[in-house]
Amino acid sequence: MAVKLILRGKEYEVKHGMTLRHSLLKIDVQPEAVLATRKGQMITEDEILKDGETIKLVAVISGGS
Amino acid sequence: MKCRKCEQKAVINMRQHKLALCQTHFLDWVPAQVQRFIEKYDMFAKNDRLLVAVSGGKDSLSLWDILWRLGYQADGLYIGLGIDGGIAYSHESQRLTEAFAAERGLHLHVVNVPQEYHETIPEMADRTTRGRGKPCSVCGMTKRHIMNRIGREGNYAALLTGHNLDDEAAALFGNTLNWLGGYLYRQGPVLEADRPGLVRKVKPLCRLYEREMAAYAMLRGIEYIYDECPYAKGSKSIYYKELLNQLEADRPGAKLQFYLSFLQAKENGIFAPQADPDAENLHSCPTCGQPTSAPGECAFCRMVLQTA
Repeated sequence: MAVKLILRGKEYEVKHGMTLRHSLLKIDVQPEAVLATRKGQMITEDEILKDGETIKLVAVISGGS
Repeated sequence: MKCRKCEQKAVINMRQHKLALCQTHFLDWVPAQVQRFIEKYDMFAKNDRLLVAVSGGKDSLSLWDILWRLGYQADGLYIGLGIDGGIAYSHESQRLTEAFAAERGLHLHVVNVPQEYHETIPEMADRTTRGRGKPCSVCGMTKRHIMNRIGREGNYAALLTGHNLDDEAAALFGNTLNWLGGYLYRQGPVLEADRPGLVRKVKPLCRLYEREMAAYAMLRGIEYIYDECPYAKGSKSIYYKELLNQLEADRPGAKLQFYLSFLQAKENGIFAPQADPDAENLHSCPTCGQPTSAPGECAFCRMVLQTA
């Protein structure tokens, strides 16, 4: 099984056992541009992702013009 | 990773400060930082009446929440732009802003652009040549005009916006790429009301990263509009933010250093007043009284008068 990352409705799969930071870089998401939650709790980028879990990512960048 | 202050599990790691905090200490840390910057940049005093421009987004609602918690007298100003984009963008952002104000018993001014000026922002942009098909330029000009107007009418000591460090660094990046002397000369945490018709503008979040503000809103349980403005897709400011975040990933603190070095350089006199040639030619618009460098009416009044 893998780890599922969800960002703005789009799903990504990564291998378990990596840090959150490493997994974000793997899927080309800038760690500075998101917050991550596990079961509704915010987690830091050194967290090791566990087999079968789902991590929800919240985009933080907004802007205009 | 553990909280630096209490050894509980951290919820956020701010690499630029080498600081990881738990939820409780982070929610204390953010308002304390804002208070520090209000004092450092001499933004306003404890008893001043303040006006906060609120869009329904994470930054402005968090700023209003922080000011309320710090005990400031801050009213809100929401500007309804009439943007739908298939997601009822303006309707939803107004609903969230009104709910936020009602929960805290705060006073909110609402200015509805389509009601007051008989056109939505996208309609104004379609009618005029300003912005080359994108409404962002018309939107920015309209918001600046209304914010200044309500600030003056209400005799507020300052108008506060929720610009965070990423907003400021991206604007600085764009202004530097194009060597826009006038913008560089004026950019900073405080824009003084040094002309008749202007309200003082301040940015209390200017040293807090966008990620920190999103974390504050989320951890505080502030319901904000998560959807991006439908017209923001592909915008330069977002592109610049992404570039700066690439730099930040390799060099934690790069964005903060870029902005702080700029402020220091400004203080050291790197920019001369003549970098802002428009400032010399300002006069009061005969219709609205706000300063303008254009001959006759200001650009906003000319745009609105075209429909009258």
